[in-house]
Formats: sequence, structure tokens, C-alpha cells
Amino acid sequence: MKATTLETLQRDRAAKRAVALLSDLDSNEERLVYPDSPTSLATVPPAVAEAIKIAAIADRSGVVKIAGKRFFINVYNPPLRMIVVGAVHIAQPLARMALLAGYEVIIVDPRRSFATAVRFPDVTVLSDWPDDALATLAPDPRTAIVTLTHDPKIDDPALNLALKSSAFYIGALGSRKTHAARLKRMELAGFTATETARIRGPVGLSIGARSPAEIAISVLAQVTETLRQPATDAGGARSDPAADAA
Amino acid sequence: MDDEKVLDQAVAWRASGKNVAIATVIQTWGSSPRPVGSQLVVSDDGTFVGSVSGGCIEGAVVHEALEAIKTRAPKILEFGVTNQQAWAVGLACGGKINVRVEPLD
Repeated sequence: MKATTLETLQRDRAAKRAVALLSDLDSNEERLVYPDSPTSLATVPPAVAEAIKIAAIADRSGVVKIAGKRFFINVYNPPLRMIVVGAVHIAQPLARMALLAGYEVIIVDPRRSFATAVRFPDVTVLSDWPDDALATLAPDPRTAIVTLTHDPKIDDPALNLALKSSAFYIGALGSRKTHAARLKRMELAGFTATETARIRGPVGLSIGARSPAEIAISVLAQVTETLRQPATDAGGARSDPAADAA
Repeated sequence: MDDEKVLDQAVAWRASGKNVAIATVIQTWGSSPRPVGSQLVVSDDGTFVGSVSGGCIEGAVVHEALEAIKTRAPKILEFGVTNQQAWAVGLACGGKINVRVEPLD
């Protein structure tokens, strides 16, 4: 690898830009390609560009054989982010577990006594209103959003912005009844049932979780499933015990 | 150490005048402890950071990386149960992995 290629790669990663390093395994030529940029994708043959796009979306590096040539596509996606709305008890184990799983964690809670750095070491804590915070954070396809307050004043504005974003996961804590009332409010706010179906509620996989740490496991497991196995992820049905039994 | 910091180390070594090689997992079959894309960087004094396996083949990879620094030529290393030498270095998890080693110019 050329030192200049490596330096550019590391600058792009520090700037949280998605980048792929394309290496020709026979000629050893290399090139940085930006999967989000049509201009950059146009610098390589169309079949190679397509392979880079697929690799970036699946977040999967690998070797491809195109027109008799072998290429290694190494995908460097920006880090995963988890925005947790509600600096509540469950948020504490969830933040720690998400950090271990490689997420950058941002806790949002306008209640200043909840949102303190002491309660949440190693994560970003914002005491802004969730709509302001989410507008600034600009959730992308590498972002998961989990609301935990089950207070409509705080959760609803967050969900409103979450549904307008391309976040790969949106989950909301609350009982089946709370969730039904929430969906009704979201529909009154102008969202269609198809749109609100993106919200996973009651949040988390159905594993009989009781303690805050166990609930955090079920949430992180569901986030992982949505990220890594989107095809088998049944859009909310998995968190429904009745659906599991069927 | 996460992969971003691994390559930062390569940049830092290079800046301090050391020769560096980068090893990358490019293909895996069966069970393998580190996913494709995992990287390890080696400086010319044999110091390394990062990982390409659960510790099974790092020794062999570092050895080949030092060779690559000398020859200035990238090389693809194959480790797996079908390879006697690789079995000797102990990829006991039963998987097969290919690692590309390249010098940093």
C-alpha cells in the first residue's frame, strides 16, 4: 500500500466518511473509492462499482472476481451509532453493552438530573430536547435509535424525527398498550401505518428479559439482528411472543 | 485495539521512519475468529498491533510481513487444515483463512 493511500484512508475514516479500498490482487494496484459518491464510483468499471456498493451496504469486505480479475474490496464504514433517548436505568447497561459491540453511544435526555456524565461514563450525554438533538445528529443508515422514557413528551418528538431519517433501527420501550397508543398518536401526526411499522415496540427480542441488563441484551440483540440479518428480521413480529409461538 | 487505531499505528511508525507491513484477512472459510477485513500491522523491528486470528497464526504472519518489508512485494498467505504448515502453526479452530501481506511504500 502507498503511504499516501493509507494517510487519505485514515483521514476519511476520522471524518466518518464511508470509504472502500479496492486492491487488484494480481497487479497490486490500489484505489480508494467512495460508495456514496457517483463520481468516485464512475472511476472504476461498472461491475466493480456495483460490487463496492453492495459490499458497503452489507458492511462486508471480500474478494470478488470480475472479468477474470481478482479484487479485494475492504469496506471502511463509519462507526455504528446508537442514540438512546432517555437517560433511564435501562440506558446504563444498554450504553455499556452497545459500546462493547462497537457503537458510538449518544444519550439524549432533556432532564438535566438524568443526563449526567457521572451516570454514563464513556458516552456522549446531551441534555437537549430529542428533536433538537436528532436534527443535529442526523441519523444515517449506520444509526440505531432507541427511546426509553415512555413519556410521550420526550419519546414522540424523537420518534417523529427517527421516522423521517434513514436509521436502520428504531425501537421504543413500552408495553403493548403503551405502544398501541403511541402508534395512534404517530398516525394522528400524519404518519402512515407502513411508516410507523418501522418502530419496534415493545422494544427488544422476546427472551423473557426482566432486569435492566437483560432488557438491554434483548434490545441489543434485536438491533444486531436488524443490522446483520435484515432479510430474516420480520419487521416487529419477532418481538411478539404470539408470533414466536405461531 | 480497533482497526482504525491499528492503521493509525502504521501511519505513526511510518512517520517515525520505520518500515511497515500491513496484513489483512481477505477470505475466510468455515469458522474463523476474525472477520474479513481484520488487520495487523508490523514494524521492521517485529513489533505488531492488531490481529488476524485468535492468536493462532500471528507469529507466522509477522514473519512473512518482515519478509515482505525486505522484498517489497505483496503476498497472499493461506492458512487452514489443508495446509500442513498452517496446521503446524495451529489454526486449530478448523477454518481456513487467506491473509494478504503488503509492505507500506
